[in-house]
Amino acid sequence: MFNKVLIANRGEIACRIIRSCQSLGVQTVAIYSEADRHALHVEQADEAFEAGAAKATDSYLNMEKVLYIAKKAKVDAIHPGYGFLSENADFCRRCREEGITFIGPKPETLSIMGDKVAARKQMQAAGVPVVPGSDGPVSSADEAVSFAESIGYPVMVKAAAGGGGIGMEIAQDAEALKKAFSSNQRRAANYFGSGSLYIEKALESPRHIEVQVLGDTYGNVIHLGERDCSIQRRHQKVLEEAPATGLSEGLRQQLRHAAIQAAKSLQYESAGTLEFLVEEDEFYFLEMNTRLQVEHPVTEVVTNIDIVQEQLHVGAGEALSVQQSEVDWQGYAIEARIYAEDPKTFFPSPGTIEVFDVPEGEHIRLDTGVRSGTEVTPFYDPMLAKLIGIGETRAEAIAGLRQALDECNIQGIRTNIPFLQEITRHPKVVNGQVTTNFVKEHF
Amino acid sequence: MTKIEASMAGNLWKVLKQIGDKVETGEEVAILESMKMEIPVESETGGEIKAVLKEEGEFVNEGDALFEIE
Repeated sequence: MFNKVLIANRGEIACRIIRSCQSLGVQTVAIYSEADRHALHVEQADEAFEAGAAKATDSYLNMEKVLYIAKKAKVDAIHPGYGFLSENADFCRRCREEGITFIGPKPETLSIMGDKVAARKQMQAAGVPVVPGSDGPVSSADEAVSFAESIGYPVMVKAAAGGGGIGMEIAQDAEALKKAFSSNQRRAANYFGSGSLYIEKALESPRHIEVQVLGDTYGNVIHLGERDCSIQRRHQKVLEEAPATGLSEGLRQQLRHAAIQAAKSLQYESAGTLEFLVEEDEFYFLEMNTRLQVEHPVTEVVTNIDIVQEQLHVGAGEALSVQQSEVDWQGYAIEARIYAEDPKTFFPSPGTIEVFDVPEGEHIRLDTGVRSGTEVTPFYDPMLAKLIGIGETRAEAIAGLRQALDECNIQGIRTNIPFLQEITRHPKVVNGQVTTNFVKEHF
Repeated sequence: MTKIEASMAGNLWKVLKQIGDKVETGEEVAILESMKMEIPVESETGGEIKAVLKEEGEFVNEGDALFEIE
């Protein structure tokens, strides 16, 4: 096992990774920007170094600065968390050049799966169904329209290098498609440095189901079952649960099998997630997240496997500590993401958290990056914490989450908790009958 | 002369109006980027832009004046 690991991230996920390192006796090094000097992750790590100015490009995204700190602190490995440098193949390569382990998949895997067009090809070759779409980028709005007419509307415009719901938009007709094409080309160029777009058929009312996989350097690949993340707002997940409810046993097995096939085709190492869209009895590959995901805790709860610890084992050259036959699922877990945003307008709400009083207990898990006194700045993602309701049944897990949300007392900034309270009481959510259109249709 | 102010702290991502542009009440004049979200800034009055006070890419605080309008 490693002696010392640097966590190239901030917020709740940095704290989460520190926890697993500590339980394996691994020392931790935090990095922070000027704006995060007093952040929780800085306090929880054994050592902490300032990486630069508040803007992420100057600090958390500054590869050479992160590597400089890693060498100065003499770490064996870097855990990138999610977002920031986690899916950056160049960073992964630079780590290797410096003799530091990048905790994640191989750079080739990051390159292939980070390019949505290449990822589709890889999945098709592995026998995994993909949504009908352009097999390469489309170069102009006119080309997009003629392609859309061949597969039929509605279609989805997507940035080849995209993520986080940015650079994607649904279009119902040619006029809307032309508009969506030019605005998303600009946006994708701004955010991802590439304006390359492709077109996919948009499904009418799919569910978002994803499968967690783990692989090691010995060729072992296992899955930890599926999660349902259909409750989304603007392609950002709001609520996530495990296991997925109401799936036929046949479909569940097909999804798991497809995820394993996909991961094996990449000789996948570390933790990853295959995301699928499911409509009736059909499923299609959506994308692969080649990193730890925000919603990994729900899977940890129902499998009792620590996914971050497995990443550390694999990164250190050890085999996965569990075999497929040993994976056992018990109970239900449902996670809500707590954001610093207005519950009605959804605009960000930066400021100082005067009170952060959120329950924890046997039926609730809290993963947080903040506490009373933390200043929420405008520079980063608005997610503050995740609350996970745990139960023997799905109803129990939802009730636990609902109660925890009701007991939250957060003062000083606005949060989306009133929105989460409403969602967790909605009959469609309670009955497990939601698609990715749910938030748009009901809120 | 009145000022159009930033509705929240963030990076001034886009300045949509220049000196001499006519603006209607409620029209978008700039886009802020805060917490990875795009936040439009709307003018609370109609008129003509007399001055653009901040540049794209600048960090602005809540209440900072972005434009002068008459």
